[in-house]
Order: sequence, then structure tokens, then C-alpha cells
Amino acid sequence: MTVAQRKPSSSGGGRLTKIAWSPDAWRCPTFRLYLRLFQYGFRRHATYRAATFAGAFTNTVFGILRAYVLIALWQARPGLAGYDVADAVTFCFLTQGLLEPMRVFGGGLELSERVRTGAIAIDLVRPAPLQPWVLAQDLGRAAYQLVVRGTAPMLAGAALFGVVLPDGPLTWAAFAASVAIGVVVSFALRYLVALSSCWVLDDRGVQAVSLVATLFFSGMVVPLVIFPGWLGTLAQALPWAAIMQVPADVYLGKTDAAAALGFQALWAAALLALGALATRAARRKVIIQGG
Amino acid sequence: MLTDLRTWLLLVRAWLRAAAQYPASFALLMTGSFLVSGLDVAAILVIFSHVRELGGFTLPEVMFVYGTAGVSFALANLFAGNADNLGAYIRSGDFDVMLIRPVSAFVQLGADRFSPQKVGRLAQAAVVLAIALPQLGIPWSRAWMIPLMILCGFVIFTAIWAITGALQFLLVDAPEVSAAFTFGGGQLTQYPLSVYGADLVRGVTFIVPLAFVSWQPALYVLGREDPLGLPYALRFAAPAAALILSLLAALAWRAGLRRYRSTGS
Repeated sequence: MTVAQRKPSSSGGGRLTKIAWSPDAWRCPTFRLYLRLFQYGFRRHATYRAATFAGAFTNTVFGILRAYVLIALWQARPGLAGYDVADAVTFCFLTQGLLEPMRVFGGGLELSERVRTGAIAIDLVRPAPLQPWVLAQDLGRAAYQLVVRGTAPMLAGAALFGVVLPDGPLTWAAFAASVAIGVVVSFALRYLVALSSCWVLDDRGVQAVSLVATLFFSGMVVPLVIFPGWLGTLAQALPWAAIMQVPADVYLGKTDAAAALGFQALWAAALLALGALATRAARRKVIIQGG
Repeated sequence: MLTDLRTWLLLVRAWLRAAAQYPASFALLMTGSFLVSGLDVAAILVIFSHVRELGGFTLPEVMFVYGTAGVSFALANLFAGNADNLGAYIRSGDFDVMLIRPVSAFVQLGADRFSPQKVGRLAQAAVVLAIALPQLGIPWSRAWMIPLMILCGFVIFTAIWAITGALQFLLVDAPEVSAAFTFGGGQLTQYPLSVYGADLVRGVTFIVPLAFVSWQPALYVLGREDPLGLPYALRFAAPAAALILSLLAALAWRAGLRRYRSTGS
């Protein structure tokens, strides 16, 4: 703690005045540590600009193809599940934009790689808990991905088909909060999957199962609202709904925003708690071979 | 050509044997990809729980289109899908190693790190086709087209992989653009093209000939009118489209190879 506090003063007087101007949180070393990790996550992904634009292009192409199928469905069944054609198109491009920030295809943490190489040993002895450490970096990653890969498909969708905009500033705010909690839920799930490699060594099988569940139950394959009967009820109660379907419903104003955010927060808290337990178990389990 | 095929099979066998050293992982990977590609069918089933026809086609008809396109796509993915990763091979310098071996670089690239997942995908598409076919009662006078359309679809997708692979000689850092055309093409051909906009359908008929993978031949097999009213002869044009596209692909791949400069080091 003392080192972290002394460091700015040793780096020059200009830095000190800057801190004096900032709000109270800036003086808290823990907050600054996680803010720094957030920035690193953001900057690290901002380096690969060509790949980001290429990804945004691909997300958009798939968005267009999915949109036509959903349009065909909603033209045959207008008003299905309380959506009209414009809502369905918006849902399509919105989820296509969230695909990368939410890492629906999994991964993005490098944690399982670090378990395999043994680098996890360094992560576990750091003077900060592992889960928030990785979470801060992942939030930075998601923030960057939202900027380019989140907006590009929506802009293309608006130009080609027209999309719905949220009702007002309140809905926008609720949507922003919903996306943020959604990223946390997505992170907590991926963290558990990655940590499983402490026990199963080759986590590709777990990843494959997780991929199927995430794609299907997040609403990426088809919106959860059109799942038939009990399957729909089940899907909307599972944590994966908090990643795609709930943020989209908040955006479209199809659900009570407060209840939706509460649902997401509950899952985020439960999964993070589970992650903390798993981290404790992993700490006892990990054996580093060689050195 | 035959030597290339034999080399490809040899390399694939080596990779599969390597993967089979971890039997549990091998089985999980194969089942996993079977299930992931099965989600596309789940989407079709969910949609058909609300409608009886999509774009004017019934469930078995959509599954027929999905199955034939899926088998073609999975076969091409098996053979050439790794071309998507060419950028990574160039950056790491591994592509240079392929160039000094006495086997076609395209064949080596296609077989490298061959994963059992690709087999799972093929199995899934074949199962869907096998379920759809008996429900349709297609007469033998039109069924002869089915193997031919699968073959042409395979050639068309392989050519697209070669072309997008060749593009990666220029766009080393942006491999995801390829996926828009390869996997995007796979996604597009899963549905009868009547669900898409007329301009898009014209584009994939006359510019990127994806319409000949499943759509045009399927119209013939199913004995359906073309909703866009394009000429009847197009239904038999798949072999021509496949031939022209593979010639273009060969030219593009060679041009890319010629202008290739190693990253050095």
C-alpha cells in the first residue's frame, strides 16, 4: 500500500497536483489499480485496429443475413412475441454489435493458457485478488470493442433497413447499465470456464459445451422471446439471457427496466461469488510443475 | 492432382491420429461442433414452430436446402477451411516452411492442424439431409442432380476459400474479412434465397455465384418456380459457375503467391 501511495510523489510534482484536482476516488490506491488495468485492457485491444474493422465488417455481413430471415418470419407473423419487423431488425443488429463486447464465442481471458503454461502462479501471488484483476482488464477490452464493433453493425442496419431508437434518455441510461452488467455476467461465465482448466487440463471440451449454451440461450441464434413454451420460460431465466436478450429488451423498451437490471445484477453477483469460491479452490489445487 | 489428394489425406490422417491421442477431447470436440452447427437447425425449427412456410418453402424443403448447402460447405471446410488462417501463418513465418516443401502450399495449408471439429460439422449436415430427403419424395428423374449439386457446391466454396486466402496476402492483419465471405456464404446458402432481398439474390447469382450452391439446383430438384423469374437454364449452370470460379481462384492464388514476400526473420 505504501509503495503504491508513494509512487506518484516520486514521479514529480505535476502528478501530485493532478491528483489533488481529482475526485476522492483517485486517492484510493485500489481504485487506481483497477482503473489502470481497465486502461491496459482498452489500450491493448485498441492496438489491433485493422482486425477490429475487419471484425466489424464481418459482424455486419452476418447481421444483414440474419435480418432477412427474421424479416421473413415477422412478415409472416406480424407482432409475434410483441415485436414488430423494425424491432426484430433492431434486435438483430444490436446483438450482432454486442457479439464481440460480450465475447459470445468465448475466451478473451487468456486464463486457461496461463494455467497450462504455469503463469497462473504469478497471477495467484499478486497482492490483488485474481478475479477483479482479470475483470478490470476484460471491462477495458469490452469498452473498446463497444466503440467500433458495437456501433458499426447498428449504423449499417440503420442505413439498410432502419432501426428503432430507445424512447428517451432514461431508456438510454438503462440500456447502458444493462450492457455493463451484461459484460460482467459474460465475464463471470467465461472466468468459470477458464478456471475449469485447473481441474480438467484440456478445457476445450468445457469451452465447446459453454459455446453451445451461450449461443443458444443468449438469443444469438434466434431471439429468446420466440422460443416455444417452457423452453422460452427456462431460457429467459438462465444467466445467458442477461448477456443479449435482456439488454436488447431494455433498449427496445419491451421489459420493465428496473426488473431487468435486477435480474442481471442477481446473476452477476451469484456468478462472481461462485468465481471467488472457485478461485479459492484453485489456489489450493494448482501445482506448478518445474520452474 | 491425384498426388495432391493423396498427400492431403496423408497429412490429415497424421493430424487426426495426433488428436486421437486425447480420446476424451477428440470426442468432445467432434460432438461440440456437431451441436454448434446443429444450433442452425434449432433456429430453423424454432422459426417453423411459428410459421408453416418461410419464403414460400416448407420445413422439409428448407432442410433440404440447408442439408445440401451444409454438406458442400462442410466438405470445403474440411479441405480448404484453414485458408482463413493464412494471415497467421504468414506473420509467424510458418508459411515459408510450407513453400520450401515439395508439395502444393494450398494442400499443406488445407491439411495443417486438421481438427476433428470439421468432421462433426459434416456429420451434422449429412444427418439433416438424410432426414429431409425421405419426406420430400423426389423422383429419380430429378434426384440425379443432388450429388452433382453437392459436388459443385464443394468446388464453389473451396474456390471462395482460395480467393479469400489469396486476399490475405494483401490483408495480413485482417483475416476476419475472409470469414464474411466464407462462413457468410455458408450462412447465406442455408436458407432458400427467396427470404433475402431481390438485389442480394441477383448479387449472389451473377457476382459471387453462391446461388448455384444450393438455391438454383434445389429449385430444379424440388420442381419449384423461381420467385425472381430468372431463366430456367440457370438451374443447370452450377457446373459452369463452379468451373469459372475455380479458374479465377487458381489465378488469384497464383498471383498472391507470386507477390508474396516473406516477413523475414
